[in-house]
Amino acid sequence: MSLETFRERILKGGSLRIRGGGSKDFYGGPLAGEVLEVAGHRGIVSYEPTELVITARAGTPLSELSHVLAERGQWLAFEPPAFGGPATLGGAVASGLSGPGRASHGALRDFVLGVKVMDGEGRELTFGGQVMKNVAGFDVSRLMAGSIGTLGLILEVSLKVLPLPVAQATVRFELPEGPALETLNRWAAQPLPVTATAWEEGLLTVRLAGAEAAVRSACDTLGGERVPEAEATAHWLGLRDQTRAFFAGDAPLWRLAVPSITPPLDLPGATLIEWGGAQRWLRGEQIAAGIRDAARRAGGHATVFRGGDRAAGVFTPLPGPLDVIQRRLKAVFDPRAVFNPGRLLPDL
Amino acid sequence: MTTPDGLLRELRAILSPVSLITDEELLRPYECDGLSAYRRLPLAVALPEDEAQVVAVLKACHRAGVPVVPRGAGTGLSAGSMPHPQGVLLSLTKLNRILAFDPVARLAVVQTGVRNLAITELAAPHGLYYAPDPSSQIACTIGGNVAENSGGVHCLKYGLTLHNVLRLRVVTIEGEILELGSHALDAPGYDLLALLIGSEGLLGIVTEVTVRLTPRPQAARVIMASFDDVRKAGEAVAAVIAAGSIPAGLEMMDQGAVAAVEPFVHAGYDLEAKAILLCESDGTAQEVAEEIARMLAVLEQSGANGVRVSRDEAERLRFWAGRKAAFPSAGRISPDYYCMDGTIPRKGLGEMLTAIAGMEQKYGLRCINVFHAGDGNLHPLILYDANVAGQLERTEAFGAEILSLSVALGGTITGEHGVGFEKLNAMCEQFTTDEIRAFHAVKRAFDPPGLLNPVKAIPSLHRCAEMGRMHVHQGALKFPELERL
Repeated sequence: MSLETFRERILKGGSLRIRGGGSKDFYGGPLAGEVLEVAGHRGIVSYEPTELVITARAGTPLSELSHVLAERGQWLAFEPPAFGGPATLGGAVASGLSGPGRASHGALRDFVLGVKVMDGEGRELTFGGQVMKNVAGFDVSRLMAGSIGTLGLILEVSLKVLPLPVAQATVRFELPEGPALETLNRWAAQPLPVTATAWEEGLLTVRLAGAEAAVRSACDTLGGERVPEAEATAHWLGLRDQTRAFFAGDAPLWRLAVPSITPPLDLPGATLIEWGGAQRWLRGEQIAAGIRDAARRAGGHATVFRGGDRAAGVFTPLPGPLDVIQRRLKAVFDPRAVFNPGRLLPDL
Repeated sequence: MTTPDGLLRELRAILSPVSLITDEELLRPYECDGLSAYRRLPLAVALPEDEAQVVAVLKACHRAGVPVVPRGAGTGLSAGSMPHPQGVLLSLTKLNRILAFDPVARLAVVQTGVRNLAITELAAPHGLYYAPDPSSQIACTIGGNVAENSGGVHCLKYGLTLHNVLRLRVVTIEGEILELGSHALDAPGYDLLALLIGSEGLLGIVTEVTVRLTPRPQAARVIMASFDDVRKAGEAVAAVIAAGSIPAGLEMMDQGAVAAVEPFVHAGYDLEAKAILLCESDGTAQEVAEEIARMLAVLEQSGANGVRVSRDEAERLRFWAGRKAAFPSAGRISPDYYCMDGTIPRKGLGEMLTAIAGMEQKYGLRCINVFHAGDGNLHPLILYDANVAGQLERTEAFGAEILSLSVALGGTITGEHGVGFEKLNAMCEQFTTDEIRAFHAVKRAFDPPGLLNPVKAIPSLHRCAEMGRMHVHQGALKFPELERL
C-alpha cells in the first residue's frame, strides 16, 4: 500500500485499527475501527552490518529480518515475540514487547534508533535517525515504542543490531521459587554472561552466552545440569512466543512487572518467572484489583496480557498528572483520535 | 502576573538567604556553562535544598510568568544552561544526597545534583558501578546526564544514560510531581521516561533518579593501534565490528589530537601515526584474552602498522588518560577551542575527515579530531583565539559546515552534547517544519506556558525561516510555506 493510500484513509475520517501480521490482536484493549493493513508496506530499506543498524518498512516480517541478520551473524537481541504468527516490525515496535533476553540485553525501546511515522493528520514525520548516538530533538521515536499504535502509523524503523553470541549454553537447577529468586539476584550482581532466565514448577533454567571462554567458565562456576542444545533452543523460543504448555488454554494470563528482588507473590494460580525475577506471569481467574494491588505494593504494575475482561482496561491506570500529559501527547500526534481507539486506555 | 520584585520577595520567603543570589558579582560565575562563548546574567540564581523548595520555586515562577533555566554542575557544552536575562537560574547542586543504595537489587536512588562519579564510588565496594562515563564525570551531575542523555567512552557496549536509568521524579512548571518509569523494568502507558531523558530541561525539572548499577568486569585490557592513514583506521573499526566484537571502548584520535595530548600526558602514543585506535575488551580474564586476540588479528589484517596491548591496569589507564585529556590538551595548545559533536554513519568518516582538512584551509583555522569510533560520534576541536578579530565568527561558520555535512552524510548534529542554545540553527537543517512543530507541541504537553528553558533545544519556526540559508533538503526547499525576508 502506498503512503498516499495511507494518507487518504487517515484523512477520510472514522477510526482505524492498524494491523501488521495480526499476531498481537489479543494484546491491549478490544479491537475497534476499520482495519488498516500495513503488511504490504514492507522491505528492508538499508542494512549495513558494520554500522550495526537495520532500517526497514513497518510491514516487514520479523522472520525476514531475523533471516537477513543471521546471514551476517547478527540478530535483534531484544528477541521480539512473534507469538507463532506472521509478526511485523511495526507491530513489534507498537507493542513494545521484548523476549527472554530483555533483562540482560535491554528492551525493544533500547534498540530503537529512529522512526518514520504518519500522524493523525497524514503528515510524514521522522524522528531519531540511523546512528547510535543522537540527542537532536525530543526522543519521539522511543515514545512510539509500546504506544500500541495510538500515536501514529509507524512507517519505517531503524534498529540497533548486535552480533550473535559466539557461544551459548543452557543449564538447569532444581530450586523452589524463593531460593531461585535469591539466586538470580545474587548472580545478576556478578559479571556473569547470563542472558536469559526462567523459573517454572521448581525448575530454574539459565541461558549463558558470550565468548567461548566466558560461557565455559560460567558453566563451571554455576554448575547445574546442561540442557541439550535443541531442547534449549525450543525452551527459549517457547517462552518468547508463549507456545509452552504454561501459556495454553483460556484462563486469563497476567503479566506482572516488578523489581527483580520482589519475594514470591502470594497470589493464587500458576506462576512463571522471567527476566531474573522482574517479569512474572500468572494464570488464573483472580480478581483484577488484588493482582494490581500486589504489583503496586511491590513497586511495579500488572497487565491483563491475554484473555479476561479487556473492556475494563488491560493496563494499570496512571496517576492523575501523568494521565493528563499522556492524553495531551495523544492529542499532539492524533488530534482527531483516528488510531486504535480503546487499545491503550478504554477512553483514549 | 507578579513583577520581578514581587517574585524575588516570594523566592526570599521560600529559600534561605544563602540560597538566593541576586548580586551581580555573585551571579557572574553562573553566566555560562562549559560553552563559554555564550554568556548572560540571569535575574537571580535559586539554589533549592530539597524537592519541596524546587516545587515552591517553580510554582512561584509559573505564577509570575518568569522563565526557569535548570543547571547541574555547569559542565554542559551546548549552552543548554545559559541563563535567561529575565529568568531564574535553578541550580540543583544542593540536591546532592544519596537516598537509597541496594547492592542486591543493583540500583541507587539519588538526588539530581549527585555527581556521576560519586555513584560509582558508592557502588564500587560491592563490585558494581554506574556505566555511563562522560569525560566530565568527576564534576557533572546525574540530573545533567539525564537532561543530555550523556554517553561516554564505553556506551557502545554499556549504553547511554537512557539505558541505565530506571525511574525519575520530575517536577513540572506547574509544580506537579511526576514519577516516570519504575524499579520494575517498565511502566504502563507511553514511555515518558525515554522522552524526558535528553529533553534538555525543557519538559520538567528532575529531582530524583534511580540508576541501574552494573557488575564491574573482572578484567579489562586495551589495544593501542597505529595507522598511517585515517581511512585505514576507519575501515579497521568496521572490520572489528564485522568480526562480531562489541568492544567495551573503541576510540580514534588523529595525528593532530595525538600531538596535542602526548607532551601533556605521556601516554606513549605513536606521534608518527596519522591515526591511532584504542580498542578495549572487558570481562573475565579468559574472555578478555580471547577477545583481544580476535581483535588484534583483525586490526593487523586491516593495516595497523603498530599495536600494543596494555600489560597491566596502570598502562591501560595511561592509554586512556591521553584520550580523556584531549579537550584540556586542546586548551593548552590554543587560547580557545570549539568542540563539535556530530554523529555520522561510520562509513562516512573518511569523507568527513577529508572535508574537515579542506575546511581548515578555507577558514584558516586548525582542527584536531577525536572520535567515539564505535558509535560514529565525532568531536572535531576547532582551535581559535577569541581575541583575534573575526576568528570566533570563522570558527562558528567552520562548525556549522561540519554539522551540515553530518546531516548530509545521514547523521545528526549532536550525538551527546545536546542542542542547547548553540545548535538551534543546525536543528533547522535536520528537521522539517512539521517535525519542529511536533516538538513544540510535545513541550506544551508538559509545559503549557513555555517557561522551562525557553529558546533552547528546539528552534522557533521563525528562526528557521530567518536563517536565510535556504537549505535545500532532500530536493525540496524547507519551510516553503513561510515568507522569506
